[in-house]
Parts: sequence; C-alpha cells; structure tokens
Amino acid sequence: MNTKLMPSAQAPMVRDSVLKAENLSKEVISPEGSLTIVDDVSLEIVSGESVAITGPSGAGKSTLLALLAGLDSPTRGRVLLAGQDLTQLDEDGRARLRARRVGFVFQSFHLLPALTALENVMLPLELGGQPDARRIAAETLAGVGLAARTGHYPRQLSGGEQQRVAIARAFVTRPAVLFADEPTGNLDTATGSRVGELLFGLNAHEHTTLVLVTHDRQLAERCGRAVRMDSGRVL
Amino acid sequence: MNLVRLALRMLGREWRSGELGVLLLALTIAVAALTGVGFLVDRISAAVALQASEVLAADLRLGSPQPLSDSYFQHARAAGLASARSTTLVSVVFNGEASQLTSVAAVTAGYPLRGRLLVAGEAFARGAPAEGIPATGEVWPDSRLLAALGAHVGSELSIGATAFRVGRVLISKPDQGSTFAELAPSLIMNAADLAATQLVQPGSRVSYAGLFAGERSAVEAFKAWLVANKRPGERVRDITDASPQVRNAVDRAGRFLSLASLVSVLLCAIAVAMAARRYVSRHLDTVALLKTLGASRSFTLGVTLLQLVLLAILAAAVGALLGFVAQEWLLRTIRGLLALTELPGPTLAPVGVGFLTALAVLAGFALPPVLQLARVPALRVLRRDVGPPPPLVTLAFGPAVLVVLALVYWIVPEPRLFGYLTAGLTVFVLVLAAAGLLLVQLAGRLRHGVGVAWRFGVANLSRRRAESVVQLVAFGTGIMVLLLLAILRTDLNSDWQRTLPQDLPNYFFINIPPAARDEFVQFLQSQGARTTKVLPIIRGRLTAINGKPVEDPKSGRAAEEGFATREQNLTWSADLGADNRIVAGHWWTAADMGKPLVSLASEFQESLGVQVGDHLTFDIGGEPLEVTVASIRKVKWDTFQPNFFIVFVPGVLEKVAGTYMTSAYFTPGAGHSLAQLAHRFPSVSIFDIDELLTQVRGLLDKAALAVQSVFVFTLLAGLTVLLAAVQSSRDERRYESAMLRTLGASRATVVQGVLAEFTTLGALAGLLAALGASVGAYFLTTRWLELRYSFQGWPWAEGILGGALLVAAGGWIATRTVINQSPLKTLRS
Repeated sequence: MNTKLMPSAQAPMVRDSVLKAENLSKEVISPEGSLTIVDDVSLEIVSGESVAITGPSGAGKSTLLALLAGLDSPTRGRVLLAGQDLTQLDEDGRARLRARRVGFVFQSFHLLPALTALENVMLPLELGGQPDARRIAAETLAGVGLAARTGHYPRQLSGGEQQRVAIARAFVTRPAVLFADEPTGNLDTATGSRVGELLFGLNAHEHTTLVLVTHDRQLAERCGRAVRMDSGRVL
Repeated sequence: MNLVRLALRMLGREWRSGELGVLLLALTIAVAALTGVGFLVDRISAAVALQASEVLAADLRLGSPQPLSDSYFQHARAAGLASARSTTLVSVVFNGEASQLTSVAAVTAGYPLRGRLLVAGEAFARGAPAEGIPATGEVWPDSRLLAALGAHVGSELSIGATAFRVGRVLISKPDQGSTFAELAPSLIMNAADLAATQLVQPGSRVSYAGLFAGERSAVEAFKAWLVANKRPGERVRDITDASPQVRNAVDRAGRFLSLASLVSVLLCAIAVAMAARRYVSRHLDTVALLKTLGASRSFTLGVTLLQLVLLAILAAAVGALLGFVAQEWLLRTIRGLLALTELPGPTLAPVGVGFLTALAVLAGFALPPVLQLARVPALRVLRRDVGPPPPLVTLAFGPAVLVVLALVYWIVPEPRLFGYLTAGLTVFVLVLAAAGLLLVQLAGRLRHGVGVAWRFGVANLSRRRAESVVQLVAFGTGIMVLLLLAILRTDLNSDWQRTLPQDLPNYFFINIPPAARDEFVQFLQSQGARTTKVLPIIRGRLTAINGKPVEDPKSGRAAEEGFATREQNLTWSADLGADNRIVAGHWWTAADMGKPLVSLASEFQESLGVQVGDHLTFDIGGEPLEVTVASIRKVKWDTFQPNFFIVFVPGVLEKVAGTYMTSAYFTPGAGHSLAQLAHRFPSVSIFDIDELLTQVRGLLDKAALAVQSVFVFTLLAGLTVLLAAVQSSRDERRYESAMLRTLGASRATVVQGVLAEFTTLGALAGLLAALGASVGAYFLTTRWLELRYSFQGWPWAEGILGGALLVAAGGWIATRTVINQSPLKTLRS
C-alpha cells in the first residue's frame, strides 16, 4: 500500500509537547446526580508520538478524546493544543484551531453522504481556504489507494474504503495531531488490520502525532505509548 | 472557503441524492397553492370589479353640472385610456300629440365603455346587445317611453327642435342607475345630434359625464390626477362608489376569497414547519462534522441559510408555474359556468406575493429550527445523543407567531375580524395541543387488552409525545379549515339562494297615486304578477342637523354631497323588515306611534356623522319637520326588496301628499301586460331591474366558482401537510419497522400498527376539527359574513371519518416504502 502522501512534505523534527492536559475533569448531571466521567487527568504528548487510550467501556476514553480535541469543554483543568489553551478559546476559535492543526478519524467514518470521496477529502482544505484543494485531495486519495474511487459516493464504497477516505480526509491538511476514535471498530479483522497499517504508515511518514481510542489490542500495541483508563482515571 | 460554492455543491449533491425532496416538495406545493389561489383571486376579483364597473358604464366616471373640459379627455388618451361622453337632461318628448317627460342621454361613440346596451325590436321584449350607439338622426327610447307615447320602431319622435326616427327599443343600459332617483323613462341618442335639438340652453339642468376605462394601473393613476385637477362641483366615481347592491356583493366575494387564501397560507406554513424539522434533524451530523473539520458557527449557518434561500427560489419558481398552470386549467375547464364576461388576463403580482409569502413563511417556520441547527456542538461526531441546546420558547415560536399575525392582518386588515380570527386560531391550537396531551396519556391505558399491532401503534403515539401533539395540531388545523370552508360555502350558497330566489321582484313601480293604489294592485294581480308590500313615498330634503343648516356635512367623499343635498325618498313603516337589523337605538314600539322619530340606514348615518338622539330637520312639501333619530339600521341591500335610507314612525307623514311604490315579479315575456299597465296608469314609473339582477347573479356565480376552486387548492395544501408530517418521522419508523420485523413481527402486523396509530390520530384530529369548524363557522357566518347560521351535523361525521381515513391512508402510503425496506439493510445503515 502506498503511504507516501506529499513528496514535498517537510516533517518537523523537534519533539516538542504538542498536546498537554492538566488536571482535566469532566462532570455531567445525570438523574442519579453529578457523575464524573473524566477525573483529574494530566497527560503530555510530544510531537510525532503515537498514543493509544484504552480501557473498558464507560472508562471515559471517548470523553477524554473529545476534551483533548476541543470538541467538548472540561469542567476543570485545561488543555494545551499546539501551545494554545483550548479553555481560553470560544467555539469558533477552537474550530479555527482544529482546521489548521487537527485531523479526525471516527468509528463510523462520518463521511458526508452527499459528497463524493474526492469532495469529502477536499472539504477540510476548502474550509481552510486552500486554493488547489482538488489537486491535493486527489493526490491524498491516491495515496490511500483510492485513485479509482474519487467520483464514488460513500454508499458506493465498502466499509474499509470509506475508512480510507476518512483517513485521507484526516491527513489532507497535514495536521499536527490526528485523533482517531475506534478507527477499526466497524471493520472486520483483516480490513481493520489494513486500515491500521495505513494509519501508522502515514503517522510515521508525516510525523503526525496520533492519539487513538481503541479496544483493538493489536492496534494499541503498535502505538508508542498506551494510556489505560478506568472509571475516568488514568491508571 | 467559498461559502456559496460549498452551499451550491452540497445542495447539488443533496439534490441528486434525494435528500431535499421533502422540503422542496412541501415548499413547492405550498407556493403552488398560494400563487394558484393568488392568480385565481386576482383574476376573479378583476372580473368582479369589471362587472361592478359596468354599473358605471366605465371604470371611472367624472360627473358635472357644467360641460367637461377637453383636457380631461386629452389626458386620458395620453394615458392610454378609452373615453366617452354622456350628456343627460330631462326634456319632453312628443309623438304627435302624445308627450312624456323623458331622461335624454346623448352619448358619443364607444359608450358604454363597460357593460353593454341591450336593445330589441319592440317594447318590453328580451334585449340583445347593441352594436355601437344610435346613428345620427336616430334615437333608442325605452319600453316605457314607447308605451307612454304609443310609439314603435319606425315612429318619429320630436325632441326639442328636431325630429328623430325610432331605430331600436332600449331595453337596458348599464348606467341606468339602481337607486330610484332616475324615475323618468329614458332615451339615448347620438351626441352629435344634441346641438340641433337646442335643448342645452343657459340655465337648463344638464348633467355631463366623462367615462374612462383601461388598464387598472393607468386608471388608478388617472383617477389620482383627476381628483387633484378636477374643478369644484365635478365628482369622480369608481366602482367603490357603485350601487350599494353590487358593492355588497363585491365585498362579500372579496372577503370570502381572502379567507380562503388565508387558509392555504396557514396550511403551507404547517407543512413547511414540519419539513424544516426533518431537514434540520437530517443535517445535525453534517453541521457537527463541518464544525469538527474547522467550520465556524456563522459559516455553517451561512451554508444552511443559503441552501434554504436557494430552495425557496427554486420552489417559488416551480410552484408559481404549477400554480399558474393549475388555475389556468381550472378556469378553462369551468369557463362555461361563467355568466358574462371573459376573465381578465393574469398579472405578475401573485408571483411576487407568492414568493414573498413563501420567504416569510420560511423565515417564520423554518428559520428557528435552522438557527438551532447551527448551535449543534461538534461533540455530536462522537456522541450521537448530543443535540443543539433547547431554544428559548420565544425564539422557537415567536417568528412563526409574528409571521402568522402579519399574514392574517395582511389578508384581513379589519381589526375586529383580525381579532376574532387570531383569537379563534389561538384557542383552537391550544385546545388541540391540550387534547393531544390527553390522547398521549390515554394511549398508555388503551394499549392494554388490544392486539400487538394496536398496542405498537398506539404506544407510538404515547412515546413520540411531542411529535404526536404537533401532528395532532397540524392535522386538526388542516381538517378544520377544510370543514370550515365547506360549511361556509354551503352557508353562502344557501343564503344567496335564500336572498336571490328566481322569482325575486324584477319590476319596481313608483309614483302610484294614492287614489289608484288599490286598483293598481288588483291590476298587477290580474296579470298574474307576484306582488310585494305597498309602501308610501314622500319626497323631502334634509335641511338641518341639530338646528345647524346642512351645507357640507363631512367633506371628503363625493357620495356624501348627494346624501345631504338631493331630495330623499321618505317612507313610514310600523315593521322592521327582515332584511333590516338595528345596530343602534331601538325600533319603535306602539307607544312611539305619532312621535317625531326617524330611523336611518347606516350608510346615511355614517355619511352625515349623526348619532341616535340627534335632531334632523326635513323640508317636506315646503314645511319644516324636525324629528329625532331613534335608531340606526343595517340594511341588506342585496335582497333587492324595497328599502329606504330614511324611515319615519307611522302617524307623522300620513297627512303629507305622497305616492306609493311596490314591486312585482313578472315572468319573461310579460311585455304586453307591462305595456297595458303603462297605458292604464300613465303616471306610474316602471323600473326594470331584471338586467341588474342578472349582473348581480353573475357576480355571485363567479364568487361561488372561486370558492370551489380554492377548495381544491386547500385540499392539496392539506394533503401536503399530511405528507410532511409523515415524512418527518420517517427515519424513526424505518428503524422501528426493521426492529419489529427482526423480532419476528409480520409485515401485516407492522402495517396494522401504522394504521392504528394514524387512524387514532386522524379520528381525534377530525373530532376536534369538527368542533373548531362549527364554532368558527358560527362566528364567521354571523359576525363577519352577516348571514344566518344553521347548525349542521355532517361536519362531525365527515371530520371524524374523513380524518381517520385520510390520515390513515396518507400515513400508510407515506410509510409504505419504509415498511417494505429490508430490515437487514436498515439496521446496517
């Protein structure tokens, strides 16, 4: 599988802290009262690192991912993403930061059904105002082995192909951090394994920081570091 | 990122994937219904106005006791208007030794500009449209004049200094007047002959009229110019000043049509609200994803708004076209039913109004949920249960309420009716919502002891509580307006039949001498005519109000000048006619007889600005008579029964010399009897209103036609609401159906469940709709249309059965594809 994306890409070599969580907590109000989903988590991830967040269902993995990516706001503590304190930014400010520095891969792919594979990959570039979005998106799509599928709509693609489109979309902006939430959770073992290879290949090639939540032991073992959670705490 | 490009691209892709179908369909049908009704109302209103203008023989009429300046006619010509002149004077016409005081009208080519002259070869015959006006040297006298003079076609009549040959018999002319002011027999001649008669001398009483007609906008502009530039003493009249009978009919038709279009507008709004909810629920994930990928809230909002505006434009264009085609087809199909004139062509105004209304409805009903859509958090990409925060109640419903109020006020700008309609609507919606909640609670009990299908269906109502209530309100409102329209249509039709029966008096007889009164009535009866009551008439002039001489009672409207200055027909009566209603003061009792009291028609009272208790002084036969206003009456002029603006209490006027009047119905072809009557009672004036009745019946035909056509549009709009409502829960239903079938339910069980749910919903909505429609019809009939209300049972049966059947059938059709979809496919997607 061709994992070479952009020949001209110059990967950063300095291993700075790219993502830092300080005493992060998230509480929600439930019918039974206040519920702490993430409990005083502190974490530091350096550039180019790959980190797996693991743990049983309900451990708070996805919530932690949402907090780290700025999709949700913590009750206490703060997150520094690429040097920016997310808690100091409003919703639009966090969105702008995500557009520049963050990529996402989801369990259920989250491709826009109305757009073709190519248009889905173009979307983050266009949102960021990239002038030659079509060319870059086509190259990236070719990079994940889907050059022949550019005009297909998501419903015309298999699960594995959809996830590869999602990965292409996540990498197309060359983000500093890529968050993946159960990226192989909806795929069979063989397809999941190929998607994992693609993800780690790109991670290595692009020197992107990879933060993934997974139940997949094999996938977790390929990460440089594993953060294990239970009952909202990092063990 | 270029917002427009993304919006267009997403819209295009979504269009191809069929995602936009429901909203676009709802909007398109909404606009189609709206513009269809708009075109129809516009054209039929124009036809009604055209027909009403026939009474003036023009769209605009300038009257003066002095010759009219040529500049008016030059200006009219420059404005593209057609014009004609009519000069009327009263003169004695001779046939040998026989003579008769006659109203002579000298007209120019083109007269009448609206309506038509009916002529015949002999007196009292059925008339046929005349071609042009009398040639020079020729006159067309009416039947009464010929009978009085013993003349016929070919006779030679002397008028002033000239002799004329009788060319045709004038049966009717459009501007012959519908009041009893013009009592003398009439004759028309060519204006070119007028000078030769030497009738127009200094001091002679001559009325000059300029007639103008043309495009509506040009007429309006010319009217404004004329009002600003006319000389003192000149009077401008248009259809709003036409006779009270025709004006009443026009008002009534216009009111009903506007009510019907309001119904369609409200149904459209409901459909759009439902479609918008579905649009929003299907776009939550997209907006969350766009935000995750870095889009700002304003960007996502912009994309969505732009898509909606583009949809509105598309729907407005397609809808307007559909609406136009539909009304054109409808009008062509039923053209044969139209009584008289061709319908005027359409104007573009309904397209603009349709588009603006569509945008307003979209803004009121689609914008609030769309604004919510932009507030969905990006977190939804990880947690599907996260939606936008609940909106403020004012933000969610405020725009819709404002738009509805604005639309209602735009269509019904009368404050009283506006109040009734909005209050009624609010109460009805609240009652429906409360009933919906009750049903939802009852559903919990109903599900025990019934089959699994019913339990599933009824449980669905209970579980989707908010949705059920919304649907109940929507279906209920939809069915209610349909029922209301049907009840009002029936009421209107039967009331028109009541008020305008075929044997309505078509001849009025005025100036019956008191001595000949009994003999005259006996003669009428011997000729087989159906007679009505005989009423006294005294001529009198109002001279003072509360002791202050009448000069210019309330300047402004031209019509008032006539009320104050002209001689009035006065009568006395002990009984209040069935077509009269007291709106102020009280009708006299036995104790009031002989007291100086008077009752005024509301038109007369309004133009004079007097109140109950004011004192009026009349000059009757040279003697002043002061009376007190005892009551104000609202008169239904369109009953065509003899009615008077001023009615005295019995015992006041009896000693004054006066005459009597009566009316009678003569079957067609009674010309011989009428000629005999004219001979035997030469002083009696015969007033033929057959043609006027035909005109008014024509108006009512058109109004009834419009009502029926609008009914079709309203039905379509109602079905759209149903479709939108079912579509809004389509996704959930697909999933439920798949789950049930996976658990072993047969397809039939699922279908029965769906039918149970919609039948229950439809029946309850129908029950409440029947209740609302009956109450609404009572208020609208009695307070607004001023008709009699009679309770009808059929709306209840139709509402409940129809509601159940319609909603069940619609629900089944709309959910059929959902039920038929493979469970595996659904659960995998």
